[in-house]
Parts: sequence; C-alpha cells; structure tokens
Amino acid sequence: MSRTIPAQRRLPAAAPLPQRRISSSLRLKRILRAWQLYVLLTPALIYIIVFKYWPMYGVQIAFKNYNPAKGFMDSPWVGLTHFIRFVNSYQFGQVVGNTLWIAVLGLLVAFPIPIILALLVNQLQSERFKKFTQTVLYSPAFISTVVVVGIMFVVLSPRSGLVNNAIQLAGGEPIFFMGSAEWFRPIYVISDVWQNAGFSMIVYLAALAGIDPALHDAAKVDGASKLQRVRHIDLPGIMPVITVLFILAIGSLLNVGFEKALLMQTPLNLSNSEIIQTYVYHAGLQQAQFSYSAAIGLFNSVLNLALLLFFNTVARRANQATLW
Amino acid sequence: MSLKTSTINIDTPGRTVGPVRPRPKLRDRYGDRVFNITATAILLLSILAVVYPLYFIVIASVSDPNAIYEGKVWLFPSGVTLEGYQRIFADSRIWNGLGNTLLYTVLGTAISVSTILCGAYALSRKDMPGRKFLMLLFVITMFFDGGLITKYLVVRDLGMLNTIWAVVLPGAVGVWNLIIARSFFEHTIPNELREAAQMDGATDFKFFFKMVLPLSKPLIMLMIMIHVVAQWNSFFDALIFLNDDTKYPLQLVLRNILIQSDVSSSGTTGGDIQSYAAAQRIAELTKYAMIVVSSLPLMIALPFMQKHFTKGAMIGAVK
Repeated sequence: MSRTIPAQRRLPAAAPLPQRRISSSLRLKRILRAWQLYVLLTPALIYIIVFKYWPMYGVQIAFKNYNPAKGFMDSPWVGLTHFIRFVNSYQFGQVVGNTLWIAVLGLLVAFPIPIILALLVNQLQSERFKKFTQTVLYSPAFISTVVVVGIMFVVLSPRSGLVNNAIQLAGGEPIFFMGSAEWFRPIYVISDVWQNAGFSMIVYLAALAGIDPALHDAAKVDGASKLQRVRHIDLPGIMPVITVLFILAIGSLLNVGFEKALLMQTPLNLSNSEIIQTYVYHAGLQQAQFSYSAAIGLFNSVLNLALLLFFNTVARRANQATLW
Repeated sequence: MSLKTSTINIDTPGRTVGPVRPRPKLRDRYGDRVFNITATAILLLSILAVVYPLYFIVIASVSDPNAIYEGKVWLFPSGVTLEGYQRIFADSRIWNGLGNTLLYTVLGTAISVSTILCGAYALSRKDMPGRKFLMLLFVITMFFDGGLITKYLVVRDLGMLNTIWAVVLPGAVGVWNLIIARSFFEHTIPNELREAAQMDGATDFKFFFKMVLPLSKPLIMLMIMIHVVAQWNSFFDALIFLNDDTKYPLQLVLRNILIQSDVSSSGTTGGDIQSYAAAQRIAELTKYAMIVVSSLPLMIALPFMQKHFTKGAMIGAVK
C-alpha cells in the first residue's frame, strides 16, 4: 500500500476504498502497482509464448504444404490432404494399433501396481523396513531411459544375457528378446513397472499418511482385520488421489514412453514398436516430411485431448453420484 | 460387533491406565498375520526384482566376460577384471559427453529454476491483476501442445540448432513444476508477512528476494534436484537438435554405444571370427561398466535427495 512512500513519511492508515466502485483508473493503478510481479513473470511468459504457443500456432502447417522459405504463415493451404494420406497409408492401422496397445496395456498393468505397493508398504510395522523399501523401490526412477534400455539390451542379450543364461540353465532355448516383435510389449510394460512403480507409489504413500489414524483405531476396536481396514479405510481414503492421477494418466496416455519406445526399436521389432510418435519422428525429422508428420502429431494430440475430456466428464459424473 | 468387543474390553485384565486396547479375536489375529506375511513377502520380492538386475550389472562389470558368456556369474563376480572401466576412462567420447552434460545440467538447471521460482511467485500472488488468465495460459499448454515437428521448426527458425540453447531452453519450464512451486508459495508465505514488509516499504522485488526465497529453501532444493536429474538423464532434445557429436551429452553418447552399437555391430564382421568374438565380449563388458559409471552419481546422491523428493510428492498431492 505505502510501497511508494518512504517509511518516514508514511501516512496514518488510509480509509479503505469502497469495494463497489472499481473504476477503470483504479484497475489500471492496481496493475501498475503490481509491475514488479509482472517483471518476475515475464521470463516464464516469454518461454511459453516462444516454445509452447508459437509451435501451437505453427500447427497450421498440418493443413498446408510447409515451405521453409515461406514459413508457417505463407505456405499454401492443402486442407486435409495430409490427414487423408495418413489414414490411407498402410502404416495407419499398425501405428495407431501399436500406440493404443502399449498405452492400454501400460494403464492396466502399470497404474494399479503402485497403489497396491503403497497400501502394502503403509501397513508395514517397522519404520526402518518401510523406509528401506521405499528407497529401494523408487531408486530406478533416477536411472535414465537410455540406461534402462541399455540394461535391457545387456540383460536380455541372446548370447550373454542374464535372462537367457537362466533360461538355458532351466533347459530352454535362448530367446532374442529385443529382436522379436511379440516380446516388445511385455518388455516395454514390465520395464515401465520396474522403473516407475516405486516413484509413483510415493504420492499414494503421502496421501495414505494423511488418513486420520482415528479411523483405523475405531475399526480396530470394532474388530476389523488388516485386510478389511485396507479395503474400507485406506483405499477409499486415497480414492480422490487415484482419480486425479488416473485422469492425468489418461491425459498423457498417448504421449508417455515415446523415448523408451524409440530407444527399444530395432529393425526386427518395428512391426510392434512403431508408435504414432516414433512414426512422427521418423517421417518428420528423418525424412523431412514436415507437414505430413505435423498432421500425424496433431491427430495424436487431438485424440489424446478427446480421451482426457471424456474421462474427466465420466469422473465428474461418477463423483457426483457417489457424493454423500 | 461393537457389543462383542466391549465385552472383551471388560474382560481384558491388567489394563487400568491409558487407552483400553481390546484383544482382537483370534480369527482376525490369524488373518492379520497372513496379511503381514503376504505383504512382507510381496515387498521382499519386489525389492529383489529391483535390486538384482542392478546388482548383476555391477558384478558383471568387473567379471571376466567369458564367465558371463558361460553363465557363471550369478551372485559373485568371477575372474575380477577392471578392463571395462579402463576402457571407459580411456574413451574420450565419454569424457567429452560428461563435460557437456555437466555444462548443460548447470546452465539448464539455473535457467529453469530461476524462471520457475520467479514466475510461480508472481502467480501465487492473489493481488496480481489478471492472475487467473495468466495461469490459464500456462495450464492450457499441459493439455495441448504443438507437437514435435513444429517445436523443431521453431528452434530451427530461432537459429538455435546445434547450439547449447537448443538443449537447455525448449524444455526449461515444466508447468507441473510451476504449479508445485506456486502452491508451495501459497501455503508457506503468509499474507500478513507481505503486508508487514510492505508497511516497512519493501517492494515486491525486495520482498521476494530477501524474504520469500530464504523461506523457500526446501522448494529450491526440490526444484534444483528435479532439474538436475532431468537434465542429467535427458537425451532426446540433444538427439534432434544437435548434429555435432562433440556437443553430445553423456546420455546420447551412451545411447550410441549401449544401444545403437548392439544393432549395427552384428552386421560388421572384420578379421577372423575368434578375435571378433573377443572384441564383442570386451564391448559387452564395457557396456556393463558404462551403465554403472553413468548411474552412480545419482544413485549415490539418492539417499540425500529422497527427503526432498518425498516432500515434493506431498506438495504435488496437496495441489
């Protein structure tokens, strides 16, 4: 309030202005008074304008024939040509199918496991074991995707890999995991769980820590077993967090794991490992078909957004139904 | 149910002081024991599943490659050799990549953290006109973005291709991190404090730098760690934006050696098969050692970082 007045000459408390009469000059005054806040915000704002909104503006090239010399704006319009070409291309079914496969499989397997782990860890008696489990389970999250895929290649190697040594010890034939299309999805999902389940667990543990212990005590008095308490106290207690994270997971359903899929690709597993985004990368950046691949990227984004909006509506309806 | 337990309460002897703890029914106690055993078993198995592959990599990195090929390495290293590590330390690509990564990590983290802290603080101030609209501008980008191709074209139009800026700028501000920082400020900086400071003539700048930042050390630590880990581990921006391999960060160098060579080297046969196989085995050994060396720094820092990350998860959950 008295920011512009030196401390010595501070006025006695000024009468508050009546709230009703917010004139435009007062509004301007408020904006001017906050100028330093806008300055603080400026770098972040410039960032999203340049690296988020400018590319968004450039998405129009999906409907144009992008010409580097002419830029986003002046390239000639071609309508839906690129979308039609993509839908009619022989890769369309394969690429979209692969994307949905690993997305849905990932959601079904990788989403519930952290919840189960958190519920179990939360019930552990020993604080030290609890902490130890937490640390160990989430340590792989700090290993880079490159190294995780590197680990896959060495551990699953057909000649010297750990897994194939075990298979041979058991009398089986070695399997060329990274070079076979049908193994791509299982390896992808298992490695996802291996790397990220522990880290995702932390959020649920934080939510579980917020559950009122009195509920557990009351249930104990009523003779509820541990399993019953987990099912009827812990699980409902973290349900809001689960819902939010589920919607967020849906929201990035078609975007996650792109880097890993790209790294895991070998010429031999391409029929299952080429997903929409790796296809965009290959067609766009390696073959310089900018407009065509931008159209495919846009297709992916719109599909993703539609899924998010759909599930958000579903969740809202469901919540309203179960609110009491 | 409650009637029964209250009977037990009365019957429980020797408990006159403190909260009365009913003795659970025998059936439930048995059930709880089964639950405890199952839970512990599942968690122990999970720990094993996480640790064993990593442990194997470590012992394999110092084992005789022939022993690995013959499947003799399971629990202990066999025929200890440090050749894999020697090769790494002699490999200039690794050192160069490490140097680049350090540079990108320091610069990228500094840019990201300072931008996020300043921006998030401004957005946390409820008295900033237009706050809701500005926040919306950020949130929109979480749900819709222009995609890989247009991002690439923008970076190219900015003339940043093959420069350090292409690695540190395009991903500098994660909106999720901005939200975490904003809710931290909202929850930990009381309005009264700001009003008092303003009474004493502190400007927004002064208040932010002299009061807010010193009070936000846990947040600053968290943000620094998030970005250090992310930069250290990232490879994709470097892959698409850099084409000069002397500028490659460590992860991209690793990718080229660990993953790419696995596919391409199977086609190149030079010299006799014997020496080729030997070279192949040494290459495998180097890979194990490389995985260890590149992951070690973060693994060592992990116990120190854990506290902050757990806190961060809670701030995120509060949101």
